[in-house]
Amino acid sequence: MTITNPSQVLLSANELTCIREERILFDELSFNINAGDIVQIEGPNGAGKTSLLRIIAGLSRPYAGEVEYLGENITRCRDEFNNDLLYFGHLAGVKSELTAEENLNFNLRISGYDDFDTTKLLAKVNLTGFEEALAGHLSAGQHRRTALARLQHTNCKIWILDEPFTAIDKKGVEELEHLFIAHAKSGGCVILTTHQDMGIINNDILRKITLDYRFV
Amino acid sequence: MKRGISYTAAFMTLLQRDLRIAIRHRGDIFNPLLFFILVVTLFPLGIGPEPQVLTRVAPGIIWVAALLASMLSLERLFKADFNDGTLEQMLLSPQPLSLLVLAKVLAHWILTGVPLILVAPLLAVLLHLDDNSYGALMATLALGTPVLSLLGAIGVALTVGLRKGGVLLSLLILPLYIPVLIFATSAIDAAGLNLAYDGQLAILAAMLVGSLILAPFAIGASLRVSTN
Repeated sequence: MTITNPSQVLLSANELTCIREERILFDELSFNINAGDIVQIEGPNGAGKTSLLRIIAGLSRPYAGEVEYLGENITRCRDEFNNDLLYFGHLAGVKSELTAEENLNFNLRISGYDDFDTTKLLAKVNLTGFEEALAGHLSAGQHRRTALARLQHTNCKIWILDEPFTAIDKKGVEELEHLFIAHAKSGGCVILTTHQDMGIINNDILRKITLDYRFV
Repeated sequence: MKRGISYTAAFMTLLQRDLRIAIRHRGDIFNPLLFFILVVTLFPLGIGPEPQVLTRVAPGIIWVAALLASMLSLERLFKADFNDGTLEQMLLSPQPLSLLVLAKVLAHWILTGVPLILVAPLLAVLLHLDDNSYGALMATLALGTPVLSLLGAIGVALTVGLRKGGVLLSLLILPLYIPVLIFATSAIDAAGLNLAYDGQLAILAAMLVGSLILAPFAIGASLRVSTN
């Protein structure tokens, strides 16, 4: 892992435009995300937060503009970018037919890791005793925690998290916030959307990108 | 923390996961198989038990039923992964997408193609297939059903984002299935007449190799388009 200079620009969006169902969600949106940033994308429902996250992650193509990772368009350096990206969508990526342990094992292996202890990682997200439980039988919060356990074992610098706090209890939210701060301090960046107020990540460390709901 | 997982390990991880899910969801394996058995057993009842007639139509019936059974099971190939977000994780995985996709198609073939191949000789007895044709039947099914899975997966990948993609899927992939059907049944007919059928088998094998090499890239590209 290379040592990153704290103000290094990891990601930059250049004049992104997104059009959905003949409605312009945002146009000519530009910003830089540096190592050490925690960025919250805020806006009302339907403003295009998820669309923006998907564009930054390279899952959707913008109508115009481009996203650059370390100065290169992400479609041209997909392998390097995917190696450094952890995307957590509003669909958790947890199979209800598999146990919590099998899910985590699959999710980590598909990201290329093979040196982990699922029992320890599940303990970190308070799922001790549920390792063998089918994910379909877990509660909504435990289901999300199964997916969030991936954050405990990763060396990706860019975390893109769509509503990570959904269905997570207060203590869990605090633990996640501590995790995000530690990640930012170690030279990574976190881009997230949420409608909940965060207690620990205050406005001094949080950067906000606001999207408005537009009628045109 | 190291990320040294090999291509083979990534491939096996996905293959094992899909097989494990299928074992816990047994209906997914039995439905296409049951459909295949039902269609083939109903034909002698419908067209009468004369051995000459059955021998004449047996290759066509078995192959058409296998083709439809394979198509019936296709829609689920990427649907569940699409609905629960696993597909997004696969698209963003540092592993090559064509490799992951190939593992999924292989799992699909093991779950639907292999059972068809195993029951086909029993059903051929019901249809009074010519004794000389059994070898050709097994060879064409072994070469042809993986082609059906590979080509079908392209159609599924293109329609996975649509809510009701079933009809469109059939329209998209049926034309691609027809060459396989023609060469497979013609090989079985030739074998029944004691003629050489290596030519047809060679063409089926060529289709298999071609689709094995090209289809994973097409499936990967289609998935990226569908999830856009």
